Amino acid sequence: MSTPPSPPTATHDGNALEVEDLSVRFGATLVLDRLSFEVPRATSLAIIGPNGSGKTVLFKALIGALPSEGRIRWAPETRLGYVPQKLDIERDLPLTGDDLLRAKARVARASDEEAVRALAVVGLSARLSAMPIGALSGGQFQRLLVAAALVGSPTVLLLDEPTAGVDEQGQQTLNELIDRLRQERGMTTLLISHDLSVVYRYAGRVLCLARKRGCFGVPTAVLTPERLQEIYGAPVGFHVHDHGPRP
Amino acid sequence: MALDPDALVLSVAVGAAAGLVGCFAVMRRMTLAADAISHVALPGIGLAIVLHLHPVLGAAAMLLIGTVVLWGIETRTRIATETIIGVLFSTALAVGSLITSGEELIDALFGEAPRLTALETGLGLAVAAVIVGFVLRERHRLVLALVSPEIARTAGVDVARLDLRFLLVFALTIALGLRTLGVLLIGSLVIVPAATAKRLAHSLSGMLVTSVVVAVLSTTAGTYASMVLHREAGPLVVLVAAACFFASLLRGGATAAR
Repeated sequence: MSTPPSPPTATHDGNALEVEDLSVRFGATLVLDRLSFEVPRATSLAIIGPNGSGKTVLFKALIGALPSEGRIRWAPETRLGYVPQKLDIERDLPLTGDDLLRAKARVARASDEEAVRALAVVGLSARLSAMPIGALSGGQFQRLLVAAALVGSPTVLLLDEPTAGVDEQGQQTLNELIDRLRQERGMTTLLISHDLSVVYRYAGRVLCLARKRGCFGVPTAVLTPERLQEIYGAPVGFHVHDHGPRP
Repeated sequence: MALDPDALVLSVAVGAAAGLVGCFAVMRRMTLAADAISHVALPGIGLAIVLHLHPVLGAAAMLLIGTVVLWGIETRTRIATETIIGVLFSTALAVGSLITSGEELIDALFGEAPRLTALETGLGLAVAAVIVGFVLRERHRLVLALVSPEIARTAGVDVARLDLRFLLVFALTIALGLRTLGVLLIGSLVIVPAATAKRLAHSLSGMLVTSVVVAVLSTTAGTYASMVLHREAGPLVVLVAAACFFASLLRGGATAAR
């Protein structure tokens, strides 16, 4: 059963999200252990951690799709846009990009024009959005998901590894698009990423989920080589450089 | 037997309902579930006969109860749906075949030539209208929940509740077609036209329309043939649907497994 998120009351001025002592259990297993952090409006929070550290679980708890303990406070009038990691659907479904955007527009009570604008923002042509989703490339499909997230004018975007399965150039296009949206529309973004160069380049703050000890703060300050080794359990070769090699 | 206009009208309605529900059942990968769920109707039919009630009433009641139990177990535990369905519905089939006997069992399994009262026809049409209305009204929510429950949830959809409502409508569809098609064949009327449409269509509206056309063609042609040939309608309906599916394989791209 899902529990709705706590009512969006009383975040401090300027915060889009405040989380206090958030824990999530699956049976006897504690997946998230008393997480606390806040996300100021129009900033970007990156979430990193090894596989199985609970990154997607955190997102699901934040949107109220999983029962959790602790407090989750969204600012009043928060509208969420969600870009899921990978979809558990068959690729040969007779669903087009337009079907998805129209569905989102109807459910979120947005206009069809808003869906058309969202397509333009992510740079997808009308020809591509009229094709079955299975015919799109990885990058085109991720851009479609971002467009769907934008329909309904969200104030917060949750992006679960939006560039997974996208080629190098497509990754950069997507990351820059997301950053531009944050700056131009004053959106708050929460981004799960495996790519530390993205974290350094685009995230104002980083939340690391690790088995032993998490961390929260400005990436350049908290992501020391020792801390990275602790998070990932192995030495992480990484240079703070815009186009540096990815771990 | 003379041509029965009521049976033909009802067969159009049953086809439309099954065609629409089937699209989302197929896209949600409930292909096997559809067959198994229909088995739960059997003990309902048996009980109704014992208690001198209308068999469809007993079937519908058991289907609705079975659906709620399925949904409850699914949302509260992490047991795979296939496992729950496998256990729950083969149990139902076992219990059902114990309390239903002889000719009644054959009728329940394969359907019977319907001699419909006006009340039965009216009720059937009303139920079909409810089913068609639900799918058309909720199709956008169903698409979002199908693509990603998280997208649906953040757009304001209560996904667990939507799942339950879809399963209940699915059970109603099974109950609606049970009389003519029987416990063993009704699942095919829900699945085969939609599976055909999935192969032929390139968009949601294309799939919904194609599936309804194939399902209505199957129910009307099957019902008509049963009146002319003096045979049971159920197997004929399913044969027409299967013929459409195999014909769809002939269209280009049959081997392009993606």
